[in-house]
Amino acid sequence: MTMCPLYVEKERHVKANAWDYNAKFCYADNHIKTSKYNIFTFLPINLFEQFQRVANGYFLVLLILQLIPEISSLSWFTTIVPLVLVLLVTAVKDATDDYFRHKSDQQVNNRQSQVLIRGSLQNEKWMNVRVGDIIKLENNQFVAADILLLCSSEPYGLCYIETAELDGETNLKVRQALTVTSDLGDITKLMNFDGEVICEPPNNKLDKFTGTLYWRDNKYPLDNDNMLLRGCVLRNTEWCFGMVIFAGLQTKLMQNCGRTTFKRTSIDKLMNTLVLWIFAFLICMGVVLAIGNTVWESWIGRNFQVFLPWDESQRSAVFSGFLAFWSYIIILNTVVPISLYVSVEVLRLGHSYFINWDRKMYHSQTDTAAEARTTTLNEELGQVEFIFSDKTGTLTQNIMVFRKCSIDGRTYGDVYNEFDQKVEITEKTACVDFSFNPLCDRRFRFYDSTLVEAIKLEDPAVQEFFRLLALCHTVMPEEKSEGHLVYQAQSPDEGALVNAARNFGFVFRARTPETITLCEMGQAVTYQLLAILDFNNVRKRMSVIVRNPQGQIKLYSKGADTVIFDRLDPSSEDLMYTTSEHLSEFAGEGLRTLALAYKDLDEDDFEIWMKKLLFASTVIENREDQLGALYEEIEQGLKLLGATAIEDKLQEGVAETIACLNLADIKIWVLTGDKLETAMNIGYSCNMLRDDMNEVFVVSGHTLQEVQQQLRSAKEHILGLSRVGSAGDVEKTDMFLHDSVFEETIIAEYALVINGHSLAHALEPLLEHILLDVACLCKTVICCRVTPMQKAQVVELVKRHKRAITLAIGDGANDVSMIKTAHIGVGISGQEGTQAVLASDYSFAQFRYLQRLLLVHGRWSYFRMCNFLCYFFYKNFAFTLVHFWYGFFCGFSAQIGLDKHYWTAVNHLFIWGSVTVYFAILFAMQSNGMFGILPSNFPFVGTARSCLSEQSVWLVILLTTVVCVVPGLAVSFLRVDLFPTLTDKVRHLQQSRKREGPQGQNLRRVRRTSSRRSAYAFSHQQGYGELITSGKNMRASAVSSAHSPGRTPHSSNWIENMLKRKNEVSSFLIFTVKTHLDSSRYHVGQYYA
Amino acid sequence: MGKVKGKPGPLARRPDNSAFKQQRLPAWTPMLTAHTVLPSFYFMSLICMLLGVWLLLTVQTTKEIKLDYTDAGTCNKCFEKRKNASNAAQPCSCSVVLPIEKPFKGDVFFYYGLRNFHQNLRRYMDSRDDGQMVGRKKNLMNPSSYCIPFAKDQNKIPIAPCGAVANSIFNDSFTLKYHGNNGSPELVPLLRGGITWYTDKNVKFRNPKLDGSTLAQVFNGTGKPPYWHKPVYELDPSDSTNNGFINEDLIVWMREAAFPNFKKLYGVLNRANPPFTKGLPAGNYSIEIQYNFPVQYFRGRKEVVLTTLTWFGGQNHFLPIAYLVTSSLILLIAVVLTVLWWKFGKNGKNMEE
Repeated sequence: MTMCPLYVEKERHVKANAWDYNAKFCYADNHIKTSKYNIFTFLPINLFEQFQRVANGYFLVLLILQLIPEISSLSWFTTIVPLVLVLLVTAVKDATDDYFRHKSDQQVNNRQSQVLIRGSLQNEKWMNVRVGDIIKLENNQFVAADILLLCSSEPYGLCYIETAELDGETNLKVRQALTVTSDLGDITKLMNFDGEVICEPPNNKLDKFTGTLYWRDNKYPLDNDNMLLRGCVLRNTEWCFGMVIFAGLQTKLMQNCGRTTFKRTSIDKLMNTLVLWIFAFLICMGVVLAIGNTVWESWIGRNFQVFLPWDESQRSAVFSGFLAFWSYIIILNTVVPISLYVSVEVLRLGHSYFINWDRKMYHSQTDTAAEARTTTLNEELGQVEFIFSDKTGTLTQNIMVFRKCSIDGRTYGDVYNEFDQKVEITEKTACVDFSFNPLCDRRFRFYDSTLVEAIKLEDPAVQEFFRLLALCHTVMPEEKSEGHLVYQAQSPDEGALVNAARNFGFVFRARTPETITLCEMGQAVTYQLLAILDFNNVRKRMSVIVRNPQGQIKLYSKGADTVIFDRLDPSSEDLMYTTSEHLSEFAGEGLRTLALAYKDLDEDDFEIWMKKLLFASTVIENREDQLGALYEEIEQGLKLLGATAIEDKLQEGVAETIACLNLADIKIWVLTGDKLETAMNIGYSCNMLRDDMNEVFVVSGHTLQEVQQQLRSAKEHILGLSRVGSAGDVEKTDMFLHDSVFEETIIAEYALVINGHSLAHALEPLLEHILLDVACLCKTVICCRVTPMQKAQVVELVKRHKRAITLAIGDGANDVSMIKTAHIGVGISGQEGTQAVLASDYSFAQFRYLQRLLLVHGRWSYFRMCNFLCYFFYKNFAFTLVHFWYGFFCGFSAQIGLDKHYWTAVNHLFIWGSVTVYFAILFAMQSNGMFGILPSNFPFVGTARSCLSEQSVWLVILLTTVVCVVPGLAVSFLRVDLFPTLTDKVRHLQQSRKREGPQGQNLRRVRRTSSRRSAYAFSHQQGYGELITSGKNMRASAVSSAHSPGRTPHSSNWIENMLKRKNEVSSFLIFTVKTHLDSSRYHVGQYYA
Repeated sequence: MGKVKGKPGPLARRPDNSAFKQQRLPAWTPMLTAHTVLPSFYFMSLICMLLGVWLLLTVQTTKEIKLDYTDAGTCNKCFEKRKNASNAAQPCSCSVVLPIEKPFKGDVFFYYGLRNFHQNLRRYMDSRDDGQMVGRKKNLMNPSSYCIPFAKDQNKIPIAPCGAVANSIFNDSFTLKYHGNNGSPELVPLLRGGITWYTDKNVKFRNPKLDGSTLAQVFNGTGKPPYWHKPVYELDPSDSTNNGFINEDLIVWMREAAFPNFKKLYGVLNRANPPFTKGLPAGNYSIEIQYNFPVQYFRGRKEVVLTTLTWFGGQNHFLPIAYLVTSSLILLIAVVLTVLWWKFGKNGKNMEE
């Protein structure tokens, strides 16, 4: 090995296939280590860490003091037994944790990957992969390190990855190799590849990479699109080759997993402060008693020397006082209770088990029970004030369901009974039989049979409606076996629509760049795809232009209702009003709506338009604008078909849970990576946003000034309304100081919606205060388009400034940072990803369990912990102050008045001091047997027997009990009677209810009304339309389209093409939205452990 | 934490539905309402009052007489004599007069008491070897280091029993005499046995195993504590079974008192023969004292106490008075609570939102 200089890496130089060259730089290898100890270092390091805890250190000092016979007032084992016990328990826990870390490290390090060594591919363990190596990845494999994509099995060096582990997004992403390297596809060529990459040093920016490839005297710029990062999974790509740039701990993934901070509860902190105060109190007592001892020794003790001479070491009363001080420190050590820490831990452990055992937090569908992964935070659950929630997968199921539609002025989807009354759709409602359609999706549920009847009657409008749904989309079909179709849609809404069409007999079966094959009511029909007018944010619609087998050219369009309505032919006006009504109705139920329209095109007009389009698509400048204008031109005079309503299925009971948590004054902020509109829509459907709110502020500025302006005006709006008349001095007052007062007084309900760009500005030091102010004045806060890091920053902001307990809940890898930052992190378990769960403190299957976790377990834990602590301190003080008092009788000689052996065994082990245990131990300790074994250690033989037979002892016990109980009882009674808390009131109410007999409960029904609609269009992304029509993503066709530059709309051999491709259907690119990961799932979360 | 159980089936991980695990164990949190609290206060007050009165009446039936004899009567000279340590070996006896006006009925207990003697100092209490006292031969010859400086004498001979506690044993002895109507003083018989706890006499204190030899032989090789006049095996010349570590006076002394003023049992009246069958009759008594124990060094006092006992102990006014005081305090609190409740909290006024 060469010696590696310690220096800060400014630039990284990596040369392919040049081990010696790369070794010079001593880059980290691909071996990862998250464990802390090994067998030999465990004991010293662990003990060192443990003794850094104040309590342990304190007891070590105490132990040393007790070994000095002049001072020792208690035998040394009174301290060593509990101390060893504490150390042992902690050490065992640390050891097990580390063992699992070792195991997961080992598992990851030993994964196999194919490395190009000396001209052949060899299997190597991950940990042996080095920077500069060329490795081969196969489909569904995890990427072993951060690698530069060189070539792949796909044309143009394309390669598809899923980055769920990195950013939580489950849709596929495209990466492309440099053109120069994309044909390196065989081993000899790769062997001879000797390019050198010079790039940025390791960092944690997931979406950025800058570097340059130097090869054959040329320079090629590299960016993030050329990189495959560790943690990604290769999808739909048979194989690819890449060159390792960053390995092991220097990969972006590892650089990104923030250090796991040790979470402490506020009770812990309080306890530490208390212990410090108590320690000071102990010192004070020690000093008082030491002075007492000095005085006593000089006045009385010196006279008593006949019977008890002073020690040789004890020459003066002052020195005796000094010794007495230390003796009393030992004797009174029980005020600083070591067992407190152990007992608190045990108590928390017990609570954690109660959480694990709770059936009401068990989800039977996924067979997932709640799990308290951290045992130390339970009582904190009772004090949560802010909840930060992810949206997808947490609030929603990320399942879109086709619920209703309006076709030609008629709605379908509701079920009516024989009296024409609407029937609530439940699990039991009979769903429509789709058996007429062999290609139907069995999981599809629809309850209104009239729609199927209409289909069977071949109602043209209904047919056209579903034809549109089957044609106008960018979904890719995958037919694994005959009739077994799987759709890969880039957004779940689109998948839901195509799937609906499939069930109603318009099965989208196959696609080529130029054709779309449907199976319409059992008959294969192939449409020629002439153009896809893709979706974007401005257009809010997408269209396709197809030629049907009859030769007619048709434009099918779907999009946001307002956008479509603007482009309708006047003949559709009546229908528009009816449909509009239906849309409002759908939106009122929280459904995502979408309007559908079509248009017949004239052959000649289309020819002209198409030529313009072809011309525009070759223009370099302003291409987007020109295309947009052309699209606009043809999407006019549409004929309305109807509208669809899709339900973005919320998790069960989300709205109720949120309402309930709101009642408990817990603020819920939604932090999501989704688009503004989608997020708002979900906000409405789970009742966080409501139409009757006074104002919903949307902050979407792109510059600091804009954001500042928007936040300011929002704040002024809120404050201005709430303090009428004094609006003038709002600006002058330091609002930050008084905001807590305002918060109380604001009755009006506001909501704040802020998007990612604005949030980036708002989180800067300049604006964070005003952001926080506004956010806290609002009932609901929704942040959309936020990155994982921003999620953490928002949590951090609240944590830093509000002194409130925060809780973050999420299900994906993009929530990990937030989960780790918040005081309490909750992971949604029972789904595919486990990263969030691994990083979390608590995990359960459903958002609604949060209610029980916080309001039941949290509350109980907090109550019990507080009661326990009160009792514990009381007990210790009562026990210890007796000795302080007794000091005045025994000449301050640090003699204890109680059986010290009870002290050791019972106090420390059985702190809950049940009477039974007490007496059992008492009699055992003072039994003849024990005395027989160790006479000098058990001198209290027979004491219990002789004492307890004295009646006066019992009379004293009775009296003491009465005296102790009465004041407390009186005070609690007065408190309940005169100043009852909410709990008391509720209990009172319950009792009086019980007395009056059962009454009808009027549960607050969660209302769900809103006028939101047309969210569909917004959850869609631009860009796939082009990929499809260009044929880039279709391997077989790629060759043919590469040969024919430009598209040939009138190609006559499209049917042959289509037939040729039918066999290859299965190898089509898969656009996946929620890909079901295979069994070799990669747990990024392991690194976080 | 999630222990995987071997339960098969689709709901394998479903938690058990037991009352404990689901936190459904019956619980009771009292709701503090005026209807429950106020009566219970009055009731507690009443109970304490009754107990207090009963205890007070009981205490009134006990008789107790205390006599400080440190320098009373003829003991004055002995007190002076003991001031000088060099006279320690010289015997000194004196007597004090003790008139009893009303007869002591029932069992009468004879205590000696010390004031300002700190048996409860830590180093004093540690200064003993329980292993030696239980008759372990090893400890007999090698007393524990806690006994220092009373572990070995000047000649390095181990002291038995060792330590400051044993060394400072109270060594006055008393003879109680009754000056009855017939003039001649009559000896009041005291039972000197049975004054210890059963466990002390039979478990905690044992002589070393004799194995056929005499007690003196067993203790051969050990010395007496420096302040003692007699070796441990000759403590009671009248009763050979009351010698060695199981001597009852020694045992009583070795059970250290918790407070600097204490009394220890010396003997119990033997009521076998008249005139003492019913207790101590009224009349004049005198106590003859072998005055050995010096108290002037630590400004202490010595006393004798004669007392009868009730079911809950000797004459102790603290407990009944404490009960009575508590009772009245509870009554006071109860009244205050009632007034407050009546004025402010009646009918759950505060319970309304």
